[in-house]
Amino acid sequence: MEGDQGRRGESAPGGADKWYELFSRGARDWLRHDEKVREAVRANLPEIIAGGEVINDSARTVRVPVRMLEHYHFRLRRPEESQGAGQGNAKPGDVLSDPARERGPGEKGAGGRDEGEVQLLLEFKVDDIVDWLWEEMQLPNLKARVGPSEETEWTREGWDRRGARSRLDRRRSFKEMVKRRGAPGATPTFTDEDLRFRQLARRRQPAVHAVVFFMLDVSGSMSDRDRKLAKTFFFWVVQGLRRQYRSMETLFVAHTTEAWEFNEPDFFQVTGTGGTVASTGLLKVREIIDARFNPARSNIYLFYASDGDNSVSDAAEARAALASVAADTCFTGYVEVSSGLSRQLATETGKLFAELSGAGCAAGSYALNDFDDVWGAVRHFFTAESNAPDGPGGGPRTDSP
Amino acid sequence: MSDDWRSYIQRIEQLAARSGLVFNPVDFEAVPDSFMMEIAIYGLPVRMPHWSFGVRYIYQLIQRRMGHSRLFEVVFPGNPGHAYLAESNGLAENILVTAHVLGHADFSRNNLLFRRCQQQVSERIVEHAASHARQIQQNIETHGAQRVEAVLDAALALEQHIDVDQDLRRERYPPYLADPQTLVDDTFRKRFAALEPAARSASMERKRAPVPPHPERDLLWFVANYAPEMESWERDIFLAVREESFYFYPVFATQIMNEGWASYWHARLLREADFVPQQSYLDAIKCHSDVVRPIAAEQQVSLSVNPYHLGFAMWESIVERDGLEAARRIMEQDDDFAFVRNHLTRELADELGLFRFSARSDGQIKVLEHDVTALHEAVLGPKYNFGAPVVSAAHIRNDGTLELTHDSSVDGRGLDLERSRKVLDYLHKVWRRPIVLTTVNQAGSALELTAP
Repeated sequence: MEGDQGRRGESAPGGADKWYELFSRGARDWLRHDEKVREAVRANLPEIIAGGEVINDSARTVRVPVRMLEHYHFRLRRPEESQGAGQGNAKPGDVLSDPARERGPGEKGAGGRDEGEVQLLLEFKVDDIVDWLWEEMQLPNLKARVGPSEETEWTREGWDRRGARSRLDRRRSFKEMVKRRGAPGATPTFTDEDLRFRQLARRRQPAVHAVVFFMLDVSGSMSDRDRKLAKTFFFWVVQGLRRQYRSMETLFVAHTTEAWEFNEPDFFQVTGTGGTVASTGLLKVREIIDARFNPARSNIYLFYASDGDNSVSDAAEARAALASVAADTCFTGYVEVSSGLSRQLATETGKLFAELSGAGCAAGSYALNDFDDVWGAVRHFFTAESNAPDGPGGGPRTDSP
Repeated sequence: MSDDWRSYIQRIEQLAARSGLVFNPVDFEAVPDSFMMEIAIYGLPVRMPHWSFGVRYIYQLIQRRMGHSRLFEVVFPGNPGHAYLAESNGLAENILVTAHVLGHADFSRNNLLFRRCQQQVSERIVEHAASHARQIQQNIETHGAQRVEAVLDAALALEQHIDVDQDLRRERYPPYLADPQTLVDDTFRKRFAALEPAARSASMERKRAPVPPHPERDLLWFVANYAPEMESWERDIFLAVREESFYFYPVFATQIMNEGWASYWHARLLREADFVPQQSYLDAIKCHSDVVRPIAAEQQVSLSVNPYHLGFAMWESIVERDGLEAARRIMEQDDDFAFVRNHLTRELADELGLFRFSARSDGQIKVLEHDVTALHEAVLGPKYNFGAPVVSAAHIRNDGTLELTHDSSVDGRGLDLERSRKVLDYLHKVWRRPIVLTTVNQAGSALELTAP
């Protein structure tokens, strides 16, 4: 290798430095490409993520498949049939590749001019995505209802001459040393006297606690796609609320003409048959609140997804149950998932919620017809919620820390 | 790598000169494989940064991982020429490559198209490209990476849209229409003017020439000169890209001839080089047959034509038939279009097993009837107009709107609309006024694309 270097010096006079051994332009330009892909993904995040496919129940990351960017040039339209020249053992009339008969090796040659496509799989953290989205969509931070002191937390408080090494406050210790030291210019030396350690103390803090009910209509009229729409919406609502509340409890209620409470995995798998009686679900929520929560101390949210076809005979009961639940919640949201037909909330259930928000309660409705709408829905609810008037229930509302 | 090959350079050069090759001196440099790959991607040893090169880089990296491609050398014409050899080459490979490089050096010095373009670009394209790169680096520092990238997006998207029949340093259009009298001065006109003095005085008034006076295919030059709101450093980037395209054009348009010529000479010089040890000679011959083989070893049929093989076979048959003198004359005067159309005979095509095929969009590929004229065009098809559709600037409207037209009668079909729209978007960022492009749709009726 040594001799090699010497000879190279000869071959390129003028002391050519071998910059190309230290620096790869290809890699530099590739990194720029990567950055552009990430920017593009970020700019289109709502659409990409609303696609539903990318969401994993448990995963804290979302995987987004992306293609390599193309630098565009003027090109001719792809012809129905193109001609080319080849070489080899072939007679006129030979069919070299026929998609009808074979799949696989012939594919790459098809058309003869396709570059093998490379797909990248980019992974994003859900937390990052939510941060970007909040930034991008300028969603407001929610107002949280602060309950009485419930949580305790360790906070820093003062210094002491003894403590664990890990809590040594170097700056403070140094100051002590300087204070003690007599003459300027002397070699700094520490003694045990100088060391200062940070102390912790327990503090009681007002609790910020959220309870979120997800109620889903699983009656026969709700299609798979409807449920998937609802699920995607619920997923991002949870992400949004989780930003706000350190402790959050999620509860899942499904109903047809009856209502049941589910755990999360089961909840989205449930299918039911039969009619829709919304009051059963609402009463179930009422029951759970009464049994397990104190509305004055918790921030209760209810999100209800349905196709809106509530049984007409249920109207009065549903209205009463809804009013009762809404009295204790910070916000009640209704998404109407009716893929295919867009009825713009002109349904039984839609009317109930319209009445509710007309009466000045913190409530909102949104018609969700397509995956592209999921972000519209999230934006709608979160903007509405932060502007909602102070609901009933005890405890002052403050902006969360 | 062993440097033994350097001791052969001089002897191979002398042998080449004795065999009638005329070439500028060449600097040989051995470089690592990674750098070889970058030279191939960028086309020049040092070139402006752009993310699209990064995409090619990854494709190359993947291909190399899969063992598809291996580069032995890259050579840049000039005085002196620069040849980069892969450090991983063995002795035999390097002897072969040295002879090959001299074949290229002979070609680039004597081929008319190369000579013309080198007169335009000067013989120091490697240095010019490096100084463009440095200039663009300075632009990035002054104006920010974003703005420079936007300009490069547009300029590099149009890199094939030059007119090599024009000068590299081209004058702007004359601002006024030429006086018709000076154009044609025949007796009829004199008598006509004498008959009707009024007509004559009207034509005395100078008329402003329209811009452009004729459809302009040299888009990089046109934009750099006539964009209403471009800054001067942006125009310089367009002209830098154009200059590099002027360099790339002859490389592109003579690839079959040039690679064939170099392959012919490396084979011939090697045969005549009695100073090469027997073992190295055998290794080199094996390497030669790998380079010029028509079809990858495991395949029966290839859907593309290896330019090394085609060019090599054509030169061999020309030299055999007409002698070396005639071959040199052809080498000097032709480009690939003339070369293939005039010298790829039916017999040779049959001997090489060349065929035409049609590929349907559903993936069916069928071999077509033998027809040597159609075969020429199938080989040359991807090379027409620098491999790009014929798009020209037609008019600038009063509000600065740029009208582009695509000549579908030449290209046979319309543009890919999605891609064209994106190109218009790039271009709009530097033209800064609306842009309209006319092409035809599937049914052949006119279609207008606009940006924004």
